[in-house]
Amino acid sequence: MSNLKLQECHLKTIDEVCDSYKNDPGDLIKILHKAQTAFGYLPESVQREIAKRLKISVAKVYGVVTFYSFFTMTPKGKHAISVCMGTACYVRGAEKVVDEFKEHLKIKVGGVTEDGKFSLDCLRCVGACGLAPVVLIGEKVYGRVEPSQVKEILDSYTD
Amino acid sequence: MAQYKMHLLVCGGTGCRASQSEQIVENLKSEIKNLGLENDAQVVTTGCFGFCEKGPIVKIIPDNTFYTQVKPEDCAEIVTEHVLKGRKVNRLLYEDPETLKHIEDSKHMGFYQKQLRIALRNCGFIDPENIDEYIARDGYAAIGKIITEMTPEAAIDIMKKSGLRGRGGGGFPTGLKWEIASKNKADQKYVVCNADEGDPGAFMDRSILEGDPHSVIEAMAICGYCIGATKGIVYIRAEYPLAIKRLKVAARQARAYGLLGEKILGTDFDFDIELRYGAGAFVCGEETALIHSMEGHRGEPTVKPPFPAEKGYLGKPTNVNNVETFANVPAIFLKGAEWFASIGTEKSKGTKVFALAGKINNVGLIEVPMGITLREVIFEIGGGIKDGKKFKAVQTGGPSGGCLTEKHLDTPIDFDNLIAAGSMMGSGGMIVMDEDDCMVSVAKFYLEFTVEESCGKCAPCRIGNKRLHEILEKICGGKGVEEDIEYLKNLSRVIKDTSLCGLGQTSPNPVLSTIEHFYDEYLAHVKERICPAGSCKALKLYTIISDKCTGCTACVRACPVDAITGEKRQPHVIDADKCIRCGACYDKCKFTAIHVQ
Repeated sequence: MSNLKLQECHLKTIDEVCDSYKNDPGDLIKILHKAQTAFGYLPESVQREIAKRLKISVAKVYGVVTFYSFFTMTPKGKHAISVCMGTACYVRGAEKVVDEFKEHLKIKVGGVTEDGKFSLDCLRCVGACGLAPVVLIGEKVYGRVEPSQVKEILDSYTD
Repeated sequence: MAQYKMHLLVCGGTGCRASQSEQIVENLKSEIKNLGLENDAQVVTTGCFGFCEKGPIVKIIPDNTFYTQVKPEDCAEIVTEHVLKGRKVNRLLYEDPETLKHIEDSKHMGFYQKQLRIALRNCGFIDPENIDEYIARDGYAAIGKIITEMTPEAAIDIMKKSGLRGRGGGGFPTGLKWEIASKNKADQKYVVCNADEGDPGAFMDRSILEGDPHSVIEAMAICGYCIGATKGIVYIRAEYPLAIKRLKVAARQARAYGLLGEKILGTDFDFDIELRYGAGAFVCGEETALIHSMEGHRGEPTVKPPFPAEKGYLGKPTNVNNVETFANVPAIFLKGAEWFASIGTEKSKGTKVFALAGKINNVGLIEVPMGITLREVIFEIGGGIKDGKKFKAVQTGGPSGGCLTEKHLDTPIDFDNLIAAGSMMGSGGMIVMDEDDCMVSVAKFYLEFTVEESCGKCAPCRIGNKRLHEILEKICGGKGVEEDIEYLKNLSRVIKDTSLCGLGQTSPNPVLSTIEHFYDEYLAHVKERICPAGSCKALKLYTIISDKCTGCTACVRACPVDAITGEKRQPHVIDADKCIRCGACYDKCKFTAIHVQ
């Protein structure tokens, strides 16, 4: 979990996000979606500021953030890798693909490499079951991934 | 509107887009332009055709030519050969796996022959981002007829007579649900569309929203008129960006045409919709949890009653239906309740959309009449098991369902038969498994899912499922004992009986059903410590077949723990005590001399 020291510009962003939903606590999930898009993750400091503006407790905001798997409190790597672990991908060998990524990147699922280049996550079904097993890196979709292709895929990210 | 001689329909669903279908659209357009055929042929991006296995798909009408696995570089040939010269590009046609002959059009493909498309009637046929195409297929005719000619009671009556049951999993009669909501008096009521499709391996709702968003909007407005609601909310997964975009476009177009908003079609009926985004919580498929999530809370369920029809969103009467249920509604009003009720079985009317996935040849989305057998679905539509392997089981109903085996292959599929067989309809995921899949691992996989998705509010689900998962892990890890099986059964029953909501009440189903149908497999894990499917790593036993071993020493060099010994050019042996079952020797051996049990 990493916190973010909020600067003036960050506060302005939070203001804008909350204002766009009239600081309505009923729109908390929409606000968190927007804030995560802006910051890339939802650090504690951002949650505190949102709670203040919506006049609800920080516990309530934290409760919602930790409940939904879409929200994260750790920043993702520059290239976020998500391996689909839906049932269709699972029976077609997604687990072996995850293991291969873990070995090459030397991180666990949910982790980020030390240089911040890659992060690794599992997600539940992107609905492209015809291409199982599926790996998403950023917006790019890799279909029918074999464990032996993992190294090659990683090597193609040179920056 | 221009009259085209030919339409080139390109699948713009998530699956095909992942394999460059957008580039195909661009290329086809530019080739058509290059040859000056703009007035003859039109390229249309449609929703999903369902045949995801062979995507990207390009279908040409009027002759229904069905090109599969098209690549952007194939576009020039399609346009010059097919569009200009009228000759089909044979190499891109679908090849029948049995006869190995190219099939000329989609009507003769086994995948489509047994299907009956009601909810998917427009998917893969119209441009979902163009309201005129929906209207040309009788879109918004049902809402027009209902609000100008019918009372809400009469419309609800039609819904009841049709026999439509909720397609999200529960199978509650839709007409009855609407009637209950309509009878509750309140100053404001809500129509909610549940598009929080969380069942891994099921993608029908996403495909409907991507391929035919207007049918869902129209149905929500019909529901609004019937129950007396003016507000509709679509609760949709944030992970479905394309479906969200198409819904937004559709709603904007409907508003511009006076089909949403105030005084729809000049009547006194007002109705509009808004979108709410889910944030990845399986339990939010449960009605009460979904409503809490829409209100901005943690998506935890509450005890029913009160049902949402009495006290739902913001405490007002709320009717929640699933996407596929809604997609059936306009068709029922256009063709009549009797027509709909004539399809299917006695207690399950109409059709059901299934997402076929796993070890099956034709992965994709299919819609079949209720009462079809599993055999027809798997072997005729699905084209049988991949790589000629043996069918073992099919999991229906996702993490809440169970598995069906060979003996169920001829059971007609409907809500009640599936429950009697120890599974359930669920949202319609069908994951096919072959002889290489270990059923204990499959149960473990589902429990892993449930443990992660349990909201933690009630103890049986939060703690019980965790324990189930631990025991399954122990068995797969080769440390199980025979008593564990009985313990799994007992604990499963307790969780089912005492959990608060549908998630916990059904989560042990995969365990119970695999124990029932594959008891021997569990027994083999705990007694003989072998995994018959050869999938549990810890239970694999590697031996060298001395007749085949040439003594090349490749395996010796590959083994990370020096468990293999032997003289050069003499058969080698593996020390089972040292072996860590990594499989490195198996991968290295060029003479298939390593046997895995």
